[in-house]
Amino acid sequence: MKPGKPLNFLDAPETQKKFRKYFYIILCVLLIIDLAAFFLFERHGHFPWEEVPVFNAVYGFTACVGLIFIAKILRWIVKRKEGYYD
Amino acid sequence: MIKSIPVAFIFIAGSFLIPFLKGRVKSVYMLSLPILAFINLIFLPKGLSWEIGFLDYTLILSRIDNLSLVFGYIFILITFIGMIYAIHVKDDIQHVAAFCYSGGALGVTFTGDLFSLYFFWELMAVASTFLILAQRTTDARRAAFRYFMWHFFGGVCLLAGIVLYVSTTGTIAFSYIGLSDLGTALIFVGFCLNAAIFPFHSWLPDVYPRATITGAVFMSAMTTKSAVYILARTYPGVEVLMWAGAFMTCFPIFYAVIANDMRRVLSYSLINQVGFMICGIGIGSQLAINGVVAHAFCHIIYKALLFMSMGAVLHMTGKIRATDLGGLYKYMPMTAIFCIIGAASISALPLFSGFISKSLTVAAVAENNQTIIWLMLLFASAGVFHHAGIKVPYFVFFGHDSGIKTCEPPFNMRLAMGIAAFICVFLGVYPAPLYSLLPFPVDYQPYTLFHVIGMLELLMFGALAFTILILSGFYPAELRAINLDTDWFLRIPGRAFIKFCGRPLKTIGDTLSSHISKMVAWACMAPAVSEIIEKKVDKIFHKILTAFPSAIYTWMKPLKTETREISWNLLYIFASFIFILFFILFLGG
Repeated sequence: MKPGKPLNFLDAPETQKKFRKYFYIILCVLLIIDLAAFFLFERHGHFPWEEVPVFNAVYGFTACVGLIFIAKILRWIVKRKEGYYD
Repeated sequence: MIKSIPVAFIFIAGSFLIPFLKGRVKSVYMLSLPILAFINLIFLPKGLSWEIGFLDYTLILSRIDNLSLVFGYIFILITFIGMIYAIHVKDDIQHVAAFCYSGGALGVTFTGDLFSLYFFWELMAVASTFLILAQRTTDARRAAFRYFMWHFFGGVCLLAGIVLYVSTTGTIAFSYIGLSDLGTALIFVGFCLNAAIFPFHSWLPDVYPRATITGAVFMSAMTTKSAVYILARTYPGVEVLMWAGAFMTCFPIFYAVIANDMRRVLSYSLINQVGFMICGIGIGSQLAINGVVAHAFCHIIYKALLFMSMGAVLHMTGKIRATDLGGLYKYMPMTAIFCIIGAASISALPLFSGFISKSLTVAAVAENNQTIIWLMLLFASAGVFHHAGIKVPYFVFFGHDSGIKTCEPPFNMRLAMGIAAFICVFLGVYPAPLYSLLPFPVDYQPYTLFHVIGMLELLMFGALAFTILILSGFYPAELRAINLDTDWFLRIPGRAFIKFCGRPLKTIGDTLSSHISKMVAWACMAPAVSEIIEKKVDKIFHKILTAFPSAIYTWMKPLKTETREISWNLLYIFASFIFILFFILFLGG
C-alpha cells in the first residue's frame, strides 16, 4: 500500500482553536449540569465530599497538575542516557 | 459424541502442527483453533473432570466454575483476535509460542491442583520468552534473558512454596490458600511476581516494549491476568494486596508520563490497571471480585487494542518513540480512531468498557469505607486518562508533525483492531452480557447521573490540565532517555556481585589454600607432626575452603554473558533448576 492522500484538517491553527473552544464549552456545560443536579436531586455518596458539587473537577485538575510536578522531579532523579545499561 | 478435552491441550497440541502447514490452510487452521477451543469449552462439564492419579495425589485438569469460565472465555477470545492480528507473520516460532503461551494461560485457569498449575505456569514463562526472542536482536535477547531470570525466580518461589504447603497441609488442591506461614508466603511471592506487584514489576516495562509486535499483544493479555485470576482464587481478602494494588495504580503513572517508548508507556499503564484488580482482590467482597473479573475482561481487550494500534504504528513506520512520532493521523486515520477508542476505554470514559468495569471495584472500595485507597484510585483514574488516554494518541497521531509518510496497516491488523474496538464500545454501551458472566450476581447500575457527571468532570478537567500544561510548555518534553526502575538493583549491583565472585572471592580462596597449610605447619614447630597435619589441613582447607568460592565463581560465571546464545543459558538455568528442585525436596521432605 502506498501512502494515500494525507488528511490535513487539524493542521490549521483556526481548527485547533475551534476544537479548544468546543472543549471549554463542554467543561462549562459539565459544571452547569453538576450544579443544577446538585440543587435538583438529592445526592448520595459513601463519603461526604462526594456530595460536594464539582469536587471531581477540582480533584481531577489538581491531581493532573500534581502528577506532572512529581513526574518532573522523578525524571530529574531517574533519567539516564539511553545506553546506560550497555 | 467425542468427549471434550481440557482446553489447554487444544492449543498446546494444536500448535505443533503449525510449522507443517502452508499458506491459506495454515491461516484457516490457526484461526480455527480458538474457535474449536471455545466450542470444546462449552461442552466441558461444569465442576471437576479429567481427574488423573499422580503418585499419591489427584491432578485435576478441568475445573469449570463461574470464576474460571470468564477467564477462559476472555483468553480464548483474545487469542482469536491476536491471531487475526498476527496472521501475516511468516515466523512459525511466534505462532507456536503464542499458542503454547495461551495454552499455558488456559491451563492455569482451568487446573484444579497445584502441580499442574505449576506446570502450566512454567510453560507460560518459557513460551512467552520465545515471543521476545523472536525479535532476533541483541537487545531482545538480553531482555528475554532478564525476563526468564525474573520468572524463573518466581517459579522457584512458587515451587518451594508448593512443596512446603503440600508437606504441611497434605493437599494439592488449588483453592483458597491465604497468608499464614512460609510456604504460603512463597507461593504468594511467586504469584505477585507475575502480577507485576511492586517491587517485582520492573520486568514488565523492561520486556514488553522489546517483544515482537504481535507477541506483545499476547503478553499484555495473559501473564498478569492469569496471575490476577490465581490471586483472586487463592488470596482474596488479604489486606496487603489492597495496599499493594492501590500503590500499583499510582506509581506507574509518573513513569508513564516521562517514558519515551510508547509501548513502555502502555506497559506502565498496564501495571496501573492491574493495580485496580489487585486492590479489588485485597478487598475480597463479592462486589470487589465481580469488579476484578469484569475489569480483567475489559482490560484485556482494550489493552490489547492499544498494543495493537502501537504495534501497527511500529510495523508501518519502524518507530515507536514519542520523539520520532507525531502527526500520523494524516496517514493512519483508522488506526488513530482505534487507538482513541482503546484510550477512551482505559480511561473509563462513559460509554466505553473501562467505565462499566472499573466502577465496580471503586464502588467496592467505597462500600468498605477505605478512604485513602478510594482517593488513591480516584487519583489513578485521573492519571491514567492523562498518560494512556491523552498522551498516547496525542504524541503519536497528533502533536508535532514528524514528517513521516506512511499508510494504514494490513487488512488483518485493521480487522483485529476493529473487532477489539467494537467489543470495547459494545460492552460500554450494553454491559449486561458481561455482568451476567460474572461469578456473583450483579446488583449495580453504572449509568447514574451523578456517576457519569462525576467521572466526566474528573477526566475532562484532567484533560484541561493537560491542555494548559502543553500550551504553556511546562509538560515534560519527550526526551531520548531511559528511566531507572527497581531492576537497577539487580542489573548494576548484580554485575558488581559477579565481578566480586570473579576476582576477589577467587583470590581469597587461592591465598587461603596456598598459605594456610604453611601457617599451621609453622605453628606446630615439629616437622614430622606438621607434615601429617599439613596433609590433613590441606585436605580440609583445600577441598572445602577453596571449593566454596570457586564453586560460586564457576556457577555465576555464565550469567555474566548475557549476550551469549540464549539456548546455552536456558540449559544452564534448567540445570540450576534441577539442582534447586532437589535441594527443596531434600529440605521439604
